[in-house]
Amino acid sequence: MTRAVLTALMSHWWRNPLQLFTLLAGLALATALWSGVQAVNAEARASYDAAAATLGEGQYDRFVRRDGLPMDEQVFVEMRRAGWLVSPVVQGRLDGIRIVGVEPLTAPVGLGPVSLGQDNDLAGFLGGDTPFFANADTAAGLSGVDVVISENVAPNTAIADIGAAQRLLDKTGVIDALIILPGQPIGQRAQAEVAPDLVRQVAQGGSDIGRLTDSFHLNLTAFGLLSFAVGIFIVHGAIGLAFEQRRPVVRTLRALGVPLSRLVWLMAVELLLFALLAGIIGVALGYLVAALLLPDVAATLRGLYGADVAGTLQLRPSWWLSGLAIAVGGTAVAASGALAQLSRMPLLAAAQPRALAMAAGRRAKVQGGLALLLLSASLVLMVTADGLVGGFALLGTLLIGAALGLPLILDRLLAVFSTRAKGPVLGWFWADTRQQLPGLSLALMALLLAMAANVGVSTMVSSFRLTFVGFLDQRLASELYIRTEDTAQSDALIAFAEERVDAILPIQSADVTLGGQPAEVFSARDHATYRDNWRFLQSTSDAWDQTFSGQAIVINEQLARRADIALDQVLTLQSRAFTVVGIYGDYGNPIGQAVIAEPVFEALYPEVEAQNFGLRMDPADVENFLSALEAATGIAPTQAVDQAGIKAISLEIFERTFTVTTALNILTLAVAGFAILMSLLTLATMRVPQLAPAWAMGLTRRQLGRIELARAVMLACLTALVALPLGLALAWALLAVVNVAAFGWRLPMYLFPADYLRLAVFALLAAALAAAWPALRLARTPPADLLKVFSNER
Amino acid sequence: MNVRVLLALIFLPIGAWAQGFAGLGTMAGKGFTEPQPGKMFRFPEDHGAHPDYRIEWWYLTANLTDAEGTPYGLQWTLFRTAMAPEESDGWASPQLWMGHAAVTTETKHFVTERLARGGTGQAGVIAAPFSAWIDDWALEGDWQTMQMTASAPDFAYDMTLTAQGPLVFHGDNGFSVKSNSGQASYYYSQPFFAIEGELHLPSGTVAVTGNAWLDREWSSQLLSGDQTGWDWFSLSFDSGDKLMGSRLQQTDGADFTAATWITPDGQTTAFPDGAFNATPLSANDADVPVVWRVTLPQREVDVTVAAINEDAWMTTSVPYWEGPVTVSGTHTGIGYLEMTGYD
Amino acid sequence: MLLDVKNIHKTYQTADGPFEVLRGVDLRLGEGETLALTGESGSGKSTLLHLIGGLDMPDRGAIVINGHDIAGADDAARAAIRRGSVGVVFQQFNLIPSLTVADNIAFQARLADKYDPQWSEALAGTMGLADHLRKYPEQLSGGQQQRVAIARTLAPKPALVLADEPTGNLDEDTARVVMDLMLDLAADTGAGLLMVTHSQALAGRLGRRLHLKAGRIA
Repeated sequence: MTRAVLTALMSHWWRNPLQLFTLLAGLALATALWSGVQAVNAEARASYDAAAATLGEGQYDRFVRRDGLPMDEQVFVEMRRAGWLVSPVVQGRLDGIRIVGVEPLTAPVGLGPVSLGQDNDLAGFLGGDTPFFANADTAAGLSGVDVVISENVAPNTAIADIGAAQRLLDKTGVIDALIILPGQPIGQRAQAEVAPDLVRQVAQGGSDIGRLTDSFHLNLTAFGLLSFAVGIFIVHGAIGLAFEQRRPVVRTLRALGVPLSRLVWLMAVELLLFALLAGIIGVALGYLVAALLLPDVAATLRGLYGADVAGTLQLRPSWWLSGLAIAVGGTAVAASGALAQLSRMPLLAAAQPRALAMAAGRRAKVQGGLALLLLSASLVLMVTADGLVGGFALLGTLLIGAALGLPLILDRLLAVFSTRAKGPVLGWFWADTRQQLPGLSLALMALLLAMAANVGVSTMVSSFRLTFVGFLDQRLASELYIRTEDTAQSDALIAFAEERVDAILPIQSADVTLGGQPAEVFSARDHATYRDNWRFLQSTSDAWDQTFSGQAIVINEQLARRADIALDQVLTLQSRAFTVVGIYGDYGNPIGQAVIAEPVFEALYPEVEAQNFGLRMDPADVENFLSALEAATGIAPTQAVDQAGIKAISLEIFERTFTVTTALNILTLAVAGFAILMSLLTLATMRVPQLAPAWAMGLTRRQLGRIELARAVMLACLTALVALPLGLALAWALLAVVNVAAFGWRLPMYLFPADYLRLAVFALLAAALAAAWPALRLARTPPADLLKVFSNER
Repeated sequence: MNVRVLLALIFLPIGAWAQGFAGLGTMAGKGFTEPQPGKMFRFPEDHGAHPDYRIEWWYLTANLTDAEGTPYGLQWTLFRTAMAPEESDGWASPQLWMGHAAVTTETKHFVTERLARGGTGQAGVIAAPFSAWIDDWALEGDWQTMQMTASAPDFAYDMTLTAQGPLVFHGDNGFSVKSNSGQASYYYSQPFFAIEGELHLPSGTVAVTGNAWLDREWSSQLLSGDQTGWDWFSLSFDSGDKLMGSRLQQTDGADFTAATWITPDGQTTAFPDGAFNATPLSANDADVPVVWRVTLPQREVDVTVAAINEDAWMTTSVPYWEGPVTVSGTHTGIGYLEMTGYD
Repeated sequence: MLLDVKNIHKTYQTADGPFEVLRGVDLRLGEGETLALTGESGSGKSTLLHLIGGLDMPDRGAIVINGHDIAGADDAARAAIRRGSVGVVFQQFNLIPSLTVADNIAFQARLADKYDPQWSEALAGTMGLADHLRKYPEQLSGGQQQRVAIARTLAPKPALVLADEPTGNLDEDTARVVMDLMLDLAADTGAGLLMVTHSQALAGRLGRRLHLKAGRIA
């Protein structure tokens, strides 16, 4: 019996290969979207988990000098002898490669990729001519030292014993930090007594690479979540289609004596096989997507945060598994409803439409109630949420609540339209659309989510970009920037430029700890450039005057938020007090920053010599100035960067960041379009009996086809209207909650009506494309099929 | 593989004790000095480090009791191992140091470990004024009165040692033969330390007194290639006599034994292979023998040696068993037992 | 006795409240007997047929087929009866559209594990379907489809054949041909036949006739 039933079930697919294709394609697409995003995420995460682990970043607290400068390595021994289990680290960059020196005997267990492989002995690692460990890519860029290739080492990083790293970095005798091991012994001496210069940095401090890159992952994770939701809708649609189309067959099989339980079981097995097949295809597709996106992701992360991510993708079993699990799990979730419905389906065709309608009404009420509940929760969260978890809960409740509420909203809208409709055709159109709504609602929810995500993410991205460009205008106000090689060149430059330019603005900075946070302090020369171009988020009325008087300091938003510093608070630098008079936006910079007057800076940090200079001049003179400068001082034009160049570089970095976003946007929309197509195909089988009377009463099949198309576009239109406010709410949540939690600054939100319009057009286009084929099929329905409706009882 | 595993490999010279140190025999040479018979010990110099020998240790064990008579065991050990027969300043030093500290009660066993390299000052041994240290742990003094400390996240101790007798030399005036093929070490002890101080345990601080035994040993090739580990007994009889006995296990199942009989005034008698016997009687859950029959017929010794706490396993990079014991039979007393090669 | 229906009651819930379709129906059918069940629309004749076929459950009463009471049986047991002993010919043919004519004819016999290729072939020949075996149902006319359905029902040689307006969707000439074939084959296999029809002419061709009126045998 099983074989006969299975043959009957499967024969359906061979006779209707297109349906098989849609089912498999739907499942595969959903899986691909999910696993693609996951793959990118996992790959990038793995890459800088390795990087972070190298230094114990994000894992271990560390001691650094209060002033941020390197400490004498003897401090390490003193701390050890005082009972502190600490391990020294020296680090720096050489030709762009991060060089890290560690002390393996005292380093915490499992500290990063110092796992060097069994064939390397410590005698080789310690002492004399010790090798550096790096992955193959990095090794190619390291010259002059012995390199051992080890793929466990983070990208663009070379690890060596501390002594060797000190020599290479020219930091003999000094170390940058002491990693504090967990499990300190009892009876140790107070650190303040042993090494009063040191301050303890708590592991999850805001300046970690890990923390920063998390923000990008949040972005991707949000997409992963969305794609998953959209994917589930698709799978649901695909399975609904498969079940709807085989409903009569199922009834016949039961009438012929196939027990219900066996039928349900066999169909479940059949679905499982399809899910696995589609899952494998989907994961492979996802891999392709990920492989295409990854170089951009890597570039983005490197550009934005300086985190090194290998630009290659490894096949990780974890996302093979997660991809298959999503396909199977998604199918199970989507199919459980259909299977339950199947098992409740009365054997006799004489279903009571009224009772079914009543059940559907009840379900709609439950769904509406749930939507209301979720949306209320999101309202509460909008006011209260302040961390990443809260931010994501807000996103989740908002999205799901809105999606669940959509059918109800559309139903109400259509009811209003139908009461106001003039003429019989229009009246029928609205009423018929309303009747179709339950069948289309899943696809429309998918469309809603896709559009809202698009609106939300593009608003965030464009706001980010707009703010950033404005910020570049402020911060790169000088027409020309020149980097000198030494003091002599600096002097020569100043002497040469003094008479020729409007102003020389030396740029000097020192690494410091401000309010317990690592930060850079910059000097500013008293000049209109600052007063004219810098925009404060908060400031006293005469912020620059106060700053240039030497009594005050202005700080960036990150520092203000992380160290909880408000205006008029007093900060100490080298035991000198400064009043905070301004807080400025500082986008794209991971750490805290502050600006003080040049004379004060020079007094506090006499060892810092300016080697970067901003020159104010007529932009038209830049070229002549550069050639004259070279002739007079030997400073090559290659040492100069003009403002336009810096801006272009910065903008390019941003463009790349958002390539990924755009690609995912398009994919999501395409997938939503696919969902619509499948829903319409599902409905098409049920449509003929509904349309036949309209046809019989004088509407041509062409007209019917057009009406069907118009209906899809109209529904997409209405959905777009709901998606816009939802997307804006989403953007607000991303900018005001998630971004603050992840990056440490809040972005002003801008609106981009033209973008939204374009998006809406795309969505309508997707809907129209999806509806075109079913409409065409309808227009070509043989009259005989329509006639059958009247000869056949259904 | 993490750093610790890596280290365990590197510390093979030290690991050599605990595991079959097949490598140690072949690893000799490379310019390391070999112990020779007839050495004239010079003090305080020889209390210090001998960087031209591959391995060396300062190894103290103590049997303690508190006011109620509850027994405790204590261990403080500093190991030195050299990757090259030289010392230099800074990170490039080839001298590596490993400290082990333990406190054993009847029911608990506390263990901790420290690692360091020489050259930086993090660890080392200076002969005069004598000081052996790693991190905040130290053993310091003039060998008459000494201070000793160690600490861990869950325990610490602070002890004062007072010598009650002379140094004793094992084997042939301190030249201690370890196998039939001639592997040997320089080996002397101070078994007559009276010890008092405080143990800081999770349950509170305990004032304790007792006897401590400090071993000094160095060599470049400790065991022959077919030796897999050893069992070492330091027994203090109620009569005032003491017995050091060791049994080196061989891959062929036979063993090589050596022993030193120490009278209360510090007179020693060394016994050659075969005079001293140690036979396992019963083992703990991990198959480590914790009750032994120990005999030295020439001194009419036939005693049972039993662990005070069977679970005195040292969970260090190189694991072994080390703990206090009681002695019963023809002689009664207390002592310490060390067993390697059982992991 | 092949079929013994005793005091069957059945009530449906409708929008206007409960509606009692059958109010105590008794009927008996012996082996080889043919019986026509007539009545007006809504008299309950199709409902009675569905109950006998195990497609629905009575509220009260017994339906004994070959000694088994299916009225109280669970879904699996009723499915087994449908598969093995009872064949139903529906008004709407209920063929499986994705299977060929040959596979459709063999289908129920295969389900019941009673597939006899020669008998199936003979059935197809008798029904005039020999040239259409490789076709799909949608390629056949209504009369041909119903002949496929009848062949499918008879392929496992059921003891009892139930027919619900089997020619209701066919024109008069086709209906007569199909009816002749069904009666002949039923007689050949010795099966009992219970047919629901509103056509007095058709009913007249069967051995006995019962008339249902307002849920009772009139």
